[in-house]
Amino acid sequence: MRDAFIARLTEHAKADRDIVLVTGDLGFGVLTDFAKNYPEQFINAGVAEQNMTGLATGLALAGKTVFTYSIANFPILRCLEQIRNDAAYHDANVNVVAIGGGFSYGALGMSHHATEDLAIMRALPQVTVLSPGCLWETEEITSALPKIPGACYFRLDKSHAGRTGREGEKLEIGKARQLREGSDVTLLTTGGILGEAIACADSLASKGVTCDLFSYHTISPFDEQSMLSSLEKTGCLVTLEEHVLTGGLGSIAAEVCLDASVYPKKSKRLGITGGYCSKVGDQNYLRGVYGLTAADVEASILQTLKG
Amino acid sequence: MTTEELAARLRQHVVRMTNAGKSSHVASSLSMADIIAVLYGHAMNIDPKDPEKQDRDRFILSKGHAGACVYAALAERGFFDVERLKTHYQNGSILSGHVSHKGVPGVEFSTGSLGHGLPVGVGLAKAAKLDGSPSKTFVVLSDGECDEGSNWEAIMFAAHHKLDNLVAVVDYNKIQSLASVADTLALEPFVGKWQSFNWHVREVDGHDHAQLISALESDHEGQPLVVIAHTTKGKGVSFMENSVLWHYRSPQGDEFDAAIKELYES
Repeated sequence: MRDAFIARLTEHAKADRDIVLVTGDLGFGVLTDFAKNYPEQFINAGVAEQNMTGLATGLALAGKTVFTYSIANFPILRCLEQIRNDAAYHDANVNVVAIGGGFSYGALGMSHHATEDLAIMRALPQVTVLSPGCLWETEEITSALPKIPGACYFRLDKSHAGRTGREGEKLEIGKARQLREGSDVTLLTTGGILGEAIACADSLASKGVTCDLFSYHTISPFDEQSMLSSLEKTGCLVTLEEHVLTGGLGSIAAEVCLDASVYPKKSKRLGITGGYCSKVGDQNYLRGVYGLTAADVEASILQTLKG
Repeated sequence: MTTEELAARLRQHVVRMTNAGKSSHVASSLSMADIIAVLYGHAMNIDPKDPEKQDRDRFILSKGHAGACVYAALAERGFFDVERLKTHYQNGSILSGHVSHKGVPGVEFSTGSLGHGLPVGVGLAKAAKLDGSPSKTFVVLSDGECDEGSNWEAIMFAAHHKLDNLVAVVDYNKIQSLASVADTLALEPFVGKWQSFNWHVREVDGHDHAQLISALESDHEGQPLVVIAHTTKGKGVSFMENSVLWHYRSPQGDEFDAAIKELYES
C-alpha cells in the first residue's frame, strides 16, 4: 500500500505544485524519488512529530495541501493534540499518513503496533478516517485526499487484498464497497485484513454459507446504510479488524445498531483483545495468535451461525 | 494613536474584560500589552478592512491564555467593534478566554494549549518562503511555555531552514502558573539557548517601545529572530505586579476599582 500511495501521490505532486510531503525522518528508499524530483515539495521535519504536525498546519493554512508521513503510531499519538487543536479545529488540509497499520510491523514490537489508531482518530470531529483494504482503494483514496476538506487520517497496511476495483468503478469516500453478495452473514471489514475476509467468504460460499462482504475503507464518516440494509436481509453481523475491539469497526457497528434500534439475531466482533501484544512475530503470525486468519474467521462465523 | 497610547488602552480593556467575565490571566495580558501594542500598532503589515489580504503578516499568540489583550488590540485597530469586547468570556460570546479564530476577524490561529504556536508559525513562514511571499510571521510566547519540547523542535527547524521571515517574541515576565520560572524549570542561560540553536537574539526591556521597535527591525538575514522581552507580570497595576497570585485571580470589587484608577491616572 505504501508504494501504491507514493506512486500515486508523486503523480499528483507533478500536476499540483501546492502538494507538500512532510516526513518525520522515515521512508528510506521509498520517498527518495519524490524528494529528488520535487525538492520544493518535500520536507524532512526530522524526528519531531509535534513540530511536523504544527508545521503542516501552518503550511496548509497558507494554501498548501500537506501530507505528513511516518510509521505506525508516530504521526498520530505523539502529536495527537496538534492534530486536534491545530489541523482539525482549523480545518487545515493536513493528511496524516501512517504506514504500518495493525500488526504490519509485528515483529518490531509493541511500540510499532498501530492497533488503537482507528478508535482514537475517529473520536476527533472533523477528521476523515480512511483505512483501505487493497491497492486500488489506496490509489483511489490518495487521489481523493487533496480534495477532502479539513484533516484526514490515512491508515496504510503492509498486507492488502490485491486490486479489488472493478472495471469502471469509482471509489466514493464515505461509502462502503460491497465485494461479495450473500444472504446469511453481513461481514464488515477494514484495512488489509480484507484479504482474509475475501478468502473466508469464498470458502464459506463453497460450503453454502454466503456473505454480504463490505470493505469499510472510510471509517469516519461511517456508511450506516450499507450495513443496515444488509442486516435487514441476513440478521447476522460479523465485524473483522486488525485493531482492538474498543472503539474500532465493531464498536461503530454496535453503535449504529443501537442508534437505529436494529438488533441482529446473531453477531460477533473479531479483533484484538487481551491487552498489549508482547508476542513476537510477523503480521500473519500475529493474526493467527488473535484468531484473525481466514480459517479462524470462517470457524468463528460458523460457530456464530450455530449459536 | 502612539503605540504607548495603544498599550495604555489595552491595559484598560483587559482589566475591564477580565472583571466582567470574572476570568483569569489579567497579569499575563498586562505583561505583554506593550509587545502587542508595538506589533499591532507599528510592526505588522495588516489591514482591518481586508483581514485576509494576500501577503499580510501573520500573528500567532502562542500564550493563548492572554487572548483578551489580542482581542482588545484587534478591536482598537478596527477589526471589529470595541463594544464587542464587553462580551468576552460571557455565555454565547465568540471571544473565548483562550484566543479563538472562529468568527473573530483578524485572529489567524486559535491556541490555549501551550507549545502549539511556534510550530504553526514555522509552517506559515516556510510556506511564505516557498511562495516567494514577503509575508512575515510573528509569534508571541510565554516564558513558561518554553518548557514545552514542541517549541524546541520548531526552534531547531526554523534555524535549519533559515526562516528569516519568522519572529518570535518571548514575554519573559519570570512568573508561571504556580511559581517563578527560576523555581519551576529555570530557563537561564536563556539568550544562550536561542543563540546555540542559531537564532538571531535581541534582548530588550519589553515595556520600552523604542527598544522593541529597534529589535523587531534588526537585520537578521538567514536567521529567525527572537526578541527576549524582559517584562513585569501584571505591569501597570502596582498590586498585580510580580505576583503569582494574579496569574489566576480576577479583578473584582475594590481591587477592580483600584486597578482602573491606576490605569486611567497613569
